Amino acid sequence: MYAFEYHRPGSLEEAAGLLSGAEEANFIAGGQTLLQTMKQRLAQPSALVDLGGIAELHGIRREGDRLVIGAMTRHNEVARSPDVASAIPALAALAGGIGDNQVRNMGTLGGSIANNDPAADYPAGLLGLGASVQTTQREIAADDFFVDMFETALEPGEIIRSVSFPVPQRAGYVKFDQPASRFALVGVMVSQGADGVRVAVTGAGPSVFRAKDMEDALSRDFSADAVAGIKVPPDDLNADIHGSAEYRAHLVTVIAQRAVNEALQQGR
Amino acid sequence: MSEQDTSIGAPAKRKEDGRFLTGRGRYTDDIDLHGQVYAYFLRSPHAHARINGIDTTQALQAPGVLAVFTGNDLAEDGVGGLPCGWQITDVNGEPMKEPPHPPLAQGKVRYVGDHVAVIIAETYYQAKDAAELVDVDYEMLDAVVSPAAALEPGKALVHDDVPNNQCYVWELGDKAATDDAFAKAAHVTRLDLVNNRLIPNAIEPRAAVASYSQGEDHYTLYTTSQNPHVIRLLMSAFVLNLPEHKVRVVAPDVGGGFGSKIFHYAEEAVLTWASRKVGRPIKWTAERMESFMSDAHGRDHVTHAELALDENGKFLGMRVDTKANMGAYLSTFASSVPTILYATLLAGQYTTPTIYCQVSAAFTNTAPVDAYRGAGRPEATYVVERLVNAAARETGVDPADLRRRNFIPKEAFPYQTPVALNYDVGDYDATLTEAMRIADVDGFEARRQEAQQRGKYRGLGYSTYIEACGLAPSNIAGALGARAGLYEAGEVRLHPTGKVTVFTGSHSHGQGHETTFAQIVASRLGVPFDDVEVVHGDTDRIAFGMGTYGSRSLAVGGSALMKALDKVIDKSRKIAAHMLEASEADIEYDNGVFRVAGTDKSLTTAEIAFSAYVPHNYPLEQLEPGLDESAFYDPTNFTYPAGSHICEVEVDPDTGKVRIVNFTAVDDFGNVINPMIVEGQVHGGLAQGIGQALLERCVYDADSGQLVTGTYMDYTMPRADDLPSFKVGTKNTPCTHNPLGVKGCGEAGAIGSPPAVIDAIIDALSSLGVTHIDMPATPARVWEAIHKANASRAA
Repeated sequence: MYAFEYHRPGSLEEAAGLLSGAEEANFIAGGQTLLQTMKQRLAQPSALVDLGGIAELHGIRREGDRLVIGAMTRHNEVARSPDVASAIPALAALAGGIGDNQVRNMGTLGGSIANNDPAADYPAGLLGLGASVQTTQREIAADDFFVDMFETALEPGEIIRSVSFPVPQRAGYVKFDQPASRFALVGVMVSQGADGVRVAVTGAGPSVFRAKDMEDALSRDFSADAVAGIKVPPDDLNADIHGSAEYRAHLVTVIAQRAVNEALQQGR
Repeated sequence: MSEQDTSIGAPAKRKEDGRFLTGRGRYTDDIDLHGQVYAYFLRSPHAHARINGIDTTQALQAPGVLAVFTGNDLAEDGVGGLPCGWQITDVNGEPMKEPPHPPLAQGKVRYVGDHVAVIIAETYYQAKDAAELVDVDYEMLDAVVSPAAALEPGKALVHDDVPNNQCYVWELGDKAATDDAFAKAAHVTRLDLVNNRLIPNAIEPRAAVASYSQGEDHYTLYTTSQNPHVIRLLMSAFVLNLPEHKVRVVAPDVGGGFGSKIFHYAEEAVLTWASRKVGRPIKWTAERMESFMSDAHGRDHVTHAELALDENGKFLGMRVDTKANMGAYLSTFASSVPTILYATLLAGQYTTPTIYCQVSAAFTNTAPVDAYRGAGRPEATYVVERLVNAAARETGVDPADLRRRNFIPKEAFPYQTPVALNYDVGDYDATLTEAMRIADVDGFEARRQEAQQRGKYRGLGYSTYIEACGLAPSNIAGALGARAGLYEAGEVRLHPTGKVTVFTGSHSHGQGHETTFAQIVASRLGVPFDDVEVVHGDTDRIAFGMGTYGSRSLAVGGSALMKALDKVIDKSRKIAAHMLEASEADIEYDNGVFRVAGTDKSLTTAEIAFSAYVPHNYPLEQLEPGLDESAFYDPTNFTYPAGSHICEVEVDPDTGKVRIVNFTAVDDFGNVINPMIVEGQVHGGLAQGIGQALLERCVYDADSGQLVTGTYMDYTMPRADDLPSFKVGTKNTPCTHNPLGVKGCGEAGAIGSPPAVIDAIIDALSSLGVTHIDMPATPARVWEAIHKANASRAA
């Protein structure tokens, strides 16, 4: 790790000022990716602006038919929140399955989605539930937020305040672990709500994506059988020592069925 | 203090656990010497490149930097290469190719992680920062990573003067007789097998602290070693040309080795040499990613194997052709692993009358490959047991039945195999029968059907393995190419107060010697367990030692202590005879009491020890004072632990995920000193064997030679939830040729388990047409095997 300046602002304005005032400065949320990258000397920020001291970024609240979670809310806070468990149990399960306890105690919702790791769980959670991202500048629909591998719609200096999830009628998240890292080799979030059915897939491709054919089929018949015959094309999927693109394509169908069954068990 | 039973055979709690569990262990990285500075090793980012120049000017000017050394600096000082301790003779009668292994690269780098330069600075981070200022002019060369590819003509040469990258071709067994057996066979089973390359991953990374005392002209090296005397010998005699008596090597608490800490590594020699150059003690501790790329790796064989059977399922002969990866340089015992420790085990537990094995060893642009838990014997067991299981499946014979038709019967010992070994004792049917009982093989069909109703496939897999431990005797090993002895040394020192210090050349890095050896000594001398302390791992305190590897500590090191104890008791008997005014022949010894036969006149061990050091009533004209005896023990044969492993798996055909639902291991370890420690060793070995079978795989990119599995993000270590609760048992037949009747247990789990796991998966999927799967049987591979079988059935 190289030497760097460390700042812990108390407000969003202060944070934005600190970032723009330094060359090569980075925001840091839970640090679960950034610190590793810095330890390996693959990143060399001149300064870190820690968002942990900004009170308004923390917390979970129900707002009518939506659940709003602050960007700096830790994974274990989401996993253990009674509000999340009652509104969107699939989201609590998703958060509770990220990394290990050490990661869940430090890692944050905002940090995860801003990083947009292709195998992270939260991007599937946001896209599969049709959430929207509130930033210091605007509101961005999940469909527009995740652009490509490690790339989002965030502008330089733009800070995520919170994520707003519509409370679905039912939802289910299932992931199949990459054996070594236990990130998602394939993770699928399925939901059915006021705006219809959504199926979001993480791990399989370069970035989280929606499986539209599955959504159409589930809109007609919300059952595991409805997606059993639907394959996503392997052409654009990831391939590595843990699985070929064909295997990932196959897993998307299998895991989608399991996510549907999970949703049906939790459905109201 | 303790009320617990600490006699031989009792599960005494481990003496060492108090300090380990309370964070008071003293590992190499815990040692800080006055004035200590730090080393960082600049390593090659390339698999294969010529070094056209190294410019250290800028690095030398960086803050805190004391020195930067390269291979040229070592060469100018006459520093030699790291030696290999076993010379294999090629089939053409020539010695193996043994290219130089400079501690810091000279002219070329040959694997990702190869040592290029060492930077020494006041702090570790200053050294690491300065390393970025070392300018190395690399000229990239093509790389070869797999042993099969490296041996093909026309490939890049790892060493310019080693044609075809071939270190040696070696053979064992009677080729003509074996070919004849195959000509007569009713059935031949053929398999192509890959024994996957593994990275050892001890929890404590390698580390070293070296210092030089100018006043005494004396070096001290603290290092993470399984055998400090061997390191001292190799380093002083071959690498640094130092007087051996001017070098002390200490291996303090060591957090796991699994073989990877047997070897003499470059960092040890470079630090020791540099400590004199800079006049300061130097510390180096590997980062985890350095461990991945620079610890010696394990396994990495590609094998074609054939088994010939007659019409009754009797094995007639076995033919094995193996290509073994040596890595870029010959590590300390690399050459012996795929030869002496491999082909000699191909008889397994069976009466196969003739066996022929040929091994081609290749240099590649990968980290050196050497002994890893089992070392050659897991590779042999995998070949033998996969062949037996495939033969059973192909001929429609029950796998247990096929084994029983071919087991060496218990009446047949001692048994000479066609591959050099002479087994002293065993009862293979007993361990198989017991394992089948514990595993409830009779109830398997019902469990299989129940699983099928849930859409899951269950399978049962067998492995009946044998291993050879306590490599010996030295003279025969020497004739086979060993460049070292294979005895062990021990010393038992009674103090005037009757307390006992035991010195052993074995080294404990998790095995619990401080407990097991204390049980032996306390029981034999009749003194309290808590009055015995075991000292190991310091060349200044222990006369000599060959260290701990190959499940040898108890069988060889324990036997050395037994010999020393015999000497203590013999001398005590003489002292007792004098003090009790009796003839020596009339002194009976039992459990710490020396008694004149038929009387109540007696002395305890402690009373005799006092008299030996305060010799007022003592036979000074016949005996020297003191009670301190040492012994060396050179075994007359290997020991032959053996056993039966039965694995039951459940496969999810939709994802390919394998779950081990039951694992049974019934072993024959000979006499057991501490059954709790033995069970712990079995559990650890099984975890590593199952890790190899299901999870672990070291991958180098075939084109670039980059280490793909360089972190835990891609290298899958077994976790607790990957493993079932093991069911273990023993059916022991005491070893016939060592004084304790013990055989060794450290490697058995890793040796026996992989073929049982793979066989269980094949058994589960055989109804789908799956006949083969390679290790590790990851979900992707299992799914692909199912997928291919489905496709070929549909075609």
